[in-house]
Amino acid sequence: MITAKEVTKHYGEKIALGGVNLNIPKGSIYGLLGPNGAGKTSFIRIMNQINAPDSGEILFDNRPLQIKDISSIGYLPEERGLYKKMKVGEQVLYLAKLKGLTTAQAKERARMWFDRLDMRSFWDKKVEDLSKGMAQKVQFVTTVLHEPELLIFDEPFTGFDPINTNLIKNEIKRLNSEGATVIFSTHRMESVEEICDHIGLINNGAVMVEGPLLEIRKRYKDGTYSFTTTVPFDFEKNTVVSQGESHTGYQTVLKLDDYPKNLMIDLVEKGQLIAFEEVLPTVSDIFIDIVQNGPKQHSL
Amino acid sequence: MRSPILLIIEREFITRVRKKTFLVITIIAPVLFAALMIVPGVLASLPADHKNIVVLDEPALLLPEVGNDQFALDYLNPKEFDLALAKDYLRDSDKDALLYIPAGEGWDPDFIKRNILLYGKEDIGMELQGFIENRIEDKINRQKLLKQGVDPEVVNQAKTQVNIKSFTLGEEDGQDETSATPLKMGLGYIAGMMIYFFIFFYSVQVMRGVIEEKTSRIVEVIISSVRPYQLMLGKILGIGLVGVVQFLIWIILSSLIYVVVSQFVYPEIFAQQVISGPNGADLSVLETTGIFDMVSSINFPLVLGGFVFYFFGGYFLYSALFAALGSAIDQEADSQQFMLPVTAPLIIAFITAMNVIQEPNGQLAFWMSMIPLTSPITMMIRLPFGIPLWEIALSGAILVASFFAVVGIASKIYRVGILMYGKKVTWKELYKWLKY
Repeated sequence: MITAKEVTKHYGEKIALGGVNLNIPKGSIYGLLGPNGAGKTSFIRIMNQINAPDSGEILFDNRPLQIKDISSIGYLPEERGLYKKMKVGEQVLYLAKLKGLTTAQAKERARMWFDRLDMRSFWDKKVEDLSKGMAQKVQFVTTVLHEPELLIFDEPFTGFDPINTNLIKNEIKRLNSEGATVIFSTHRMESVEEICDHIGLINNGAVMVEGPLLEIRKRYKDGTYSFTTTVPFDFEKNTVVSQGESHTGYQTVLKLDDYPKNLMIDLVEKGQLIAFEEVLPTVSDIFIDIVQNGPKQHSL
Repeated sequence: MRSPILLIIEREFITRVRKKTFLVITIIAPVLFAALMIVPGVLASLPADHKNIVVLDEPALLLPEVGNDQFALDYLNPKEFDLALAKDYLRDSDKDALLYIPAGEGWDPDFIKRNILLYGKEDIGMELQGFIENRIEDKINRQKLLKQGVDPEVVNQAKTQVNIKSFTLGEEDGQDETSATPLKMGLGYIAGMMIYFFIFFYSVQVMRGVIEEKTSRIVEVIISSVRPYQLMLGKILGIGLVGVVQFLIWIILSSLIYVVVSQFVYPEIFAQQVISGPNGADLSVLETTGIFDMVSSINFPLVLGGFVFYFFGGYFLYSALFAALGSAIDQEADSQQFMLPVTAPLIIAFITAMNVIQEPNGQLAFWMSMIPLTSPITMMIRLPFGIPLWEIALSGAILVASFFAVVGIASKIYRVGILMYGKKVTWKELYKWLKY
């Protein structure tokens, strides 16, 4: 869907993006992850053609990004808002028409979405009379109304209440299953881990690692294993990461250099092992690992 | 699908025109304006309040005077009354005021002039006081002249009033035009001030609109659909359109009110008013040289065309600057440090208006009508005086060229500024944005 090739962007002396290479597959839910100031928003603004890159290029569906692609993108920025004095319905129609819909199309789809998200009563209200949660729903509708092929959400769930977060997550999943490609950009990496199938980790204006989430997590596995035993077991002290009681027994997480074949045999023979699994690192673990040790190659 | 810039213009226009404040300003302003034209005329024609004044005139200075149709003077006998008695008399009578002229020693006019007293039952009006001062000055002047052995009649005859008929020399004989300097001054001044006011009024609205979009955080959503310069231009054009509509309504309503009042309500007042001038100013000069000659000596299509051109030129130029300014700040209160440098040229043009009127073809006037930041006002003031065509063309060309330059610069600042939050912006910072 989106391919970035050596995209750079400077703001004066400051380098926001220093040669970003990315590939966001069509139909994926892609997590663009990194700390604040990593360059996520700069990159998103280039995808939205708000800013132009200093060098490099962005391909949209394998051809260079064009002005007309704006109507194929839905963007919910981190700094988002609405005209306070304008009525909700008018505003939704206005924003949809800016994206290229006709008034009739915009009206029809807006009605549909207002019905679906239970927002019918908002139509004639002014935005300033809406609660924060209601305004968030309106913002979401304005992002998706023109049925974009690519949806970009920048820090989507900051400031959303749990009910809205869930509702919107489910709507986004549904849109994705209907064919839309979704990009989530956030510094709260754990918040999108369950929903994304692809991620790109970005730091200091460069992509450190990207690809299918599961593959990356496997690549960065570091010999962490979880044992659940019926009675507390005396593991080697220097391998223990954490220990605690679980509802079925005693859970111990170990970090080991090799597959713990002998330990398993020992535990099984004693009849104490209830569960055993390899623990894959979380995205934030991977991020910290890469920042400290540098990225690992595919060949691992 | 309509062009996004049209959608933006439409929104800017409709949301503003629908506001109550627009309705109030648009309707009330012409009513006020019409009232300004009508009320002085009506007031002047009202029968004046008649006042009765008793005079205790010890030196018999004012004596034969009986007043005019506004003030009637009645004299008390100085042999029967002193000041205290006269005051009692005023209290008990239905008279309005008491004028006391003391004799003093030796009827010294300089003593008299310092010791005249005026008591009123209510506040003494300026008019009454002026009337009495005027009369007494006359009398004292007369007395002084007589004392010096000069016949006041001779002095009166020696007084001369000069009325010069001025012309603007034409190319050939017979083409000389009656000079209409006072009319041109008035027209130029009013047109210049209107431009000043409109540029300010509507440009600040552009700035407010930009700040509103920025603080409500809608702006990033919009510019993910349209180019930032489209948003900026759409806003400028939309608000400009509001200005045009408002202006048209004002002109139509004002003239309607004026026509209705002058034709049907107070026709007799307006018959006089044409001659006495809009503010009751003495335009007797106009009368003698022929008002029609004067009016026809002004190139009205040029002035009107100039007004439209310089209004839009100035508005576009300043509104682009104000848009850039609005984008750089988070709230209107922060605008002060940038406001002054931007508005200084406007204010200078406003302040120097009087100098320009007095010397419409001087150095100051010339240069200020070339500098695009001041030319809309200064050139407008000069236009009624008849300006060489090349000057108008040059000034116009500079204005248009600098408009494009300023829009280019402003939209660069705007593009960066609207996405910049919570940063205290300096001039240096703005300069850096140009290169982003």
